[in-house]
Amino acid sequence: MQISLVRLHSEKIRPPRALWVPFELGRPLGVPNDPKFQHRVIAAVLDLLKHDGGPVLEDYLEEVPDGEAKDEQATMNGQFCPISLTSARSKDSDLMKALEAEINHLAPWYEMAVNQRRRTTVGVSELEILEAARFLAAMIESGDPPVPRNDLERGPMLKLCCEDLTSFYGEAISVQPGMKASIAVENWIWGHTILGETMWKIREINLESKDDFMRYHAQRSLVPDRQIHLREENPRIFRSWSLVKK
Amino acid sequence: MARLKEIPSGERQMLKELPCPEFEDTPFVRIKKPLSQCRISLLSTAALQRRGEKLFWRGAVDYRVIPGDIEPNDVVMSHSSVNFDRTGFQQDLNTCFPLERFQELANRGVIGSVGAFHYSVIGGSEPEQLKPAALEIARMLKNDHVDVLFLVPI
Repeated sequence: MQISLVRLHSEKIRPPRALWVPFELGRPLGVPNDPKFQHRVIAAVLDLLKHDGGPVLEDYLEEVPDGEAKDEQATMNGQFCPISLTSARSKDSDLMKALEAEINHLAPWYEMAVNQRRRTTVGVSELEILEAARFLAAMIESGDPPVPRNDLERGPMLKLCCEDLTSFYGEAISVQPGMKASIAVENWIWGHTILGETMWKIREINLESKDDFMRYHAQRSLVPDRQIHLREENPRIFRSWSLVKK
Repeated sequence: MARLKEIPSGERQMLKELPCPEFEDTPFVRIKKPLSQCRISLLSTAALQRRGEKLFWRGAVDYRVIPGDIEPNDVVMSHSSVNFDRTGFQQDLNTCFPLERFQELANRGVIGSVGAFHYSVIGGSEPEQLKPAALEIARMLKNDHVDVLFLVPI
């Protein structure tokens, strides 16, 4: 038995028992931290076992509650100004100082998220979060910085650093009120943070890379498609601190 | 949001045109025992693995084993796609890997038990090339006396 997120695919593949759900990609059980909602979805999946013949493809009709899907604070204008350079290393660039200040500003929220959820999804790079940020800044400033892990090449290291940083930011901001919807978190990261601006710049640079991994990463595996479309349609809503220079 | 019309046009077109394996028939197995006696395991396509294990990279056709007693903090994700939400996973592992929900069902006697092991692959790989992994997983599920496998996409 299975959940189906893309009904068209299940219609073609015809698995034995599938329940199509109307939830966004990435949330097959619908709503985080809502065991009752998740149990209702699971109950509907288990009901598929009652059929004596198949294939069975049924629809789950309950939508996620308001606030889980809507973009309540998509613009986030004035949410906070993260620039405070007092704790940064003197030898760091302006970009790294700004990234460090932003990360330090988010750190208490991240700690709150970890305490509340008793877990974190940060860690695939196996680097400290500031070390991951420093690698991103160095990618822009020197183009070929030393790779902090000797078992990875530059492209995979970059991918994992981006994953950990977006996870850190996502976990931190999603404990704040009004930030339940994935699109709100995504719009904030890609449109209103120095990290977002940094990753946009890395994308711009690496779209021309001769390294296949880095070029693919820039094309398909760094910025969500809906952010690329949004920026093409409305570039003015993407804030710039003018810290990202090559 | 998983309605195609609500997905951005580029991603929507890709999903519409994505080649899917087609089969002449569907291997349908009737459940011969009550649900309260069924043992259930999970299989996720979210590229989940234990923290510190070998990561999934794009196109990988291997799998990871996730023990039934794993702590949620020990589960990380290394999917190559950025075109699905990760914030649900960040907030609650059960949003995409409902192991705790199934453990609750077992504790309440709704299902018989939860498998000792669960599995993860990376979605987006060539389905035909996943067949060896699928056969190995099937063998391990049988060894664990699992009656029902719950496939959870991402």
